[in-house]
Amino acid sequence: MRRKGEHHTAEGALVIPTIRSRPLSAARLRGYLWQALALLLVLAFLAFIARNAAINMARLNINTGFGFLTRPAGFAIAQHFISYDEASSYFVAFFVALLNTVIIAAVAIVCATMLGFVIGLARLSSNRLVAATAGAYVDLIRNVPLLLQLFYWYFAVLRPLPGPRQSLDLLHLHIAFLNARGLFVPAPMFEPGSGAVLLALLVALALFSLLWRWARGRREIAGRTPRAAWIALASLLFAFLAIAAAEGWPLRWEVPVLAGFNFRGGLVLSPEFVAMSVALSLYGAAYIAEIVRAGVAAVPVGQSEAARALGMGPLLVARKVIVPQALRIILPPLAGQYILLTKNTTLAAAIAYPDLMLIFGGTVLNQTGQPLEVMIITIGTYLALSFAIAAAMNAANRRLRRTGTPRR
Amino acid sequence: MRQAGPYSGRVGALRRFLGSCVATPLNLALTVLVLLLIVAIVPALVEWAVVDAAWRGTSSADCPNRDAACWVFVRLRFGQILYGGYPAAERWRVDLAAALALAGLVLMAAPRLPRTLIAALLFVAGPVIAAILLAGGIFGLARVPSRDWGGLTLTLVVALGTIAFAIPLGLGLAIARRSALPVIRWLAVAFIELWRGVPLIPVLFMAVIMFPLFMPAGVEVDTLIRVLVAFILFNAASMAEVFRGGFQAIPQSQYEAAASLGLGPWRTLGLVVLPQVVKVAIPGLVNTCVSVTKETTVILILGLADLLAVIQAGAADPAWLVGDQIRSTGYFFAGLVFWSVCFSMSRAARRLERRRRRDDAAPLIASR
Repeated sequence: MRRKGEHHTAEGALVIPTIRSRPLSAARLRGYLWQALALLLVLAFLAFIARNAAINMARLNINTGFGFLTRPAGFAIAQHFISYDEASSYFVAFFVALLNTVIIAAVAIVCATMLGFVIGLARLSSNRLVAATAGAYVDLIRNVPLLLQLFYWYFAVLRPLPGPRQSLDLLHLHIAFLNARGLFVPAPMFEPGSGAVLLALLVALALFSLLWRWARGRREIAGRTPRAAWIALASLLFAFLAIAAAEGWPLRWEVPVLAGFNFRGGLVLSPEFVAMSVALSLYGAAYIAEIVRAGVAAVPVGQSEAARALGMGPLLVARKVIVPQALRIILPPLAGQYILLTKNTTLAAAIAYPDLMLIFGGTVLNQTGQPLEVMIITIGTYLALSFAIAAAMNAANRRLRRTGTPRR
Repeated sequence: MRQAGPYSGRVGALRRFLGSCVATPLNLALTVLVLLLIVAIVPALVEWAVVDAAWRGTSSADCPNRDAACWVFVRLRFGQILYGGYPAAERWRVDLAAALALAGLVLMAAPRLPRTLIAALLFVAGPVIAAILLAGGIFGLARVPSRDWGGLTLTLVVALGTIAFAIPLGLGLAIARRSALPVIRWLAVAFIELWRGVPLIPVLFMAVIMFPLFMPAGVEVDTLIRVLVAFILFNAASMAEVFRGGFQAIPQSQYEAAASLGLGPWRTLGLVVLPQVVKVAIPGLVNTCVSVTKETTVILILGLADLLAVIQAGAADPAWLVGDQIRSTGYFFAGLVFWSVCFSMSRAARRLERRRRRDDAAPLIASR
């Protein structure tokens, strides 16, 4: 290949420039020109769009700026976990909607991970019927659009359910009921004195983790868990129970009870919330199952064979040999899956679950008539959520690589 | 235990399968559990979809059973499901476009034909011919506005249109990302990462609601084209990531070998690197095509009448408000259509991936 700047003199002698004296060769000049051209084109395109937007917004008398955020929103949001009413500002509405998005994403991520691990391991089962059934689940769920699955759960399963008086008593335990108005589950109740019990719980947990670390250290030195650790643990539990009893068990579950035409008490999860959680969890689980299967299958068979040859039992092999190695392979694609699940929560707009997309990209955009600002906020928030998940998973990944095994 | 012989026929496979189900007490318990699950689901499903289902009839009155599929609904609305609002007299054009696309795919799969040429034909001439056939307005074809397109036709238009443009654009982005020129590289990275960090639905909302804001006054672009552009840009970023994986699989020695043969950067790319990149990337590209096909359903949120939207509208039609069996049947049918398309693509991707791994594992002389 010809070096840059290589050329022949008039007499035919070959001149090869040394690296120190790099003149502006034709190739480098061409490179600069291309880059300048690309940058110019992109800037021109952005300027074109910005100019059009400015002209159009002036022509259509569209307000600009983020001043609308402090004005009252004037619409109701069916599901709000922080205090919100029609007099609340758009700013508060943003947090209500964001919280709804985060909650549905969190529920979906947790459920999909648990189900996905079970199905992924089932696919590796030595029982071929179990493996084939898990494979059929993955092949079924992954090849049907998520929106169709969401519609199925919402319009074909949850909406046609009978009213409260004929509601389904889940597992026949008389504590959770499913009907056309949603899922009624027990709600935690905080009576006076529950503050003290919660405090006691926190202190107990902190002491527990300290105790656990100490016992772990002792075990690594002495080879067995000291008996004192068990005694300390038992007395910790006893102390917590004693405090709770002394306060008269102020922490309780409030079970929903049928009263008249509807349930009273407990926590109501709307059909939209239930449909979103079920559809996203089942869908995500199929993908996570594949990630888990691939991760575990990537650990060489020789690893578990060697561990078995050392006399380790199958559970110990799984915990100490396979899981630490498989997790390193699983974690990066799992992070991608979590981001995808979070992005997929925007499908809520199709069944009117009040998430960020529906509230901001829909209602707020229509009410304020300021599409530019509203969409910047909406898309920026989703970008931030994606980056937050990526950062959290990267941190977990670094920790995993450093310690080799996830510490409790 | 009997020693397994070197040859294992079908009986042996069946015996191994059954043997694995009862090998240990735990396996036996799991087998019973899974069998119970299968017995609970499969017969009920067959009963719902086949045995009790209403197959013959002319109206919703022929589907009285709320606990059985109503195939009458799908049969009577089949024209809607396939073509949406496309005028009945012009539907042959859709059929012709579909037949041409199918013929192209068959040619692609045929051995001993110049695949590159056919691929170029499919990717360049295909969209043009399809657009002329479907939209009309020239060559004496009556004009059919895109708001009349619907059903499976629209789903395929969006899916295939996205795939046809997103793959070349993705390849371009992936090449730009590896450019020696920093500005080109940064622009490509910024473009790819921006699209990949954002969910599809806000992007589509932007395309539909805000596009007019960004255009000079008086310029109007068809909604379907706006949606297509958003789909293409969004998925080009995904395709670029797949190609990037392909580029990373090429060892440095390939570039050095090309340089030692005196090939310049573009010829190295075209003659040495790209053929290998494409081979590595194809399974991932097919998988991305599966997601594109599934994603097309979200266009119903924007008011376009795709396959799922036509079924939603049909189930809400007062003439069919006899019960939830109509809706369930519609979903079941749509699910079947998507599943067969996506499942065959997924399987093809898996097969290509396996073949590539086998080829890579084989000695160099044997493979060429």
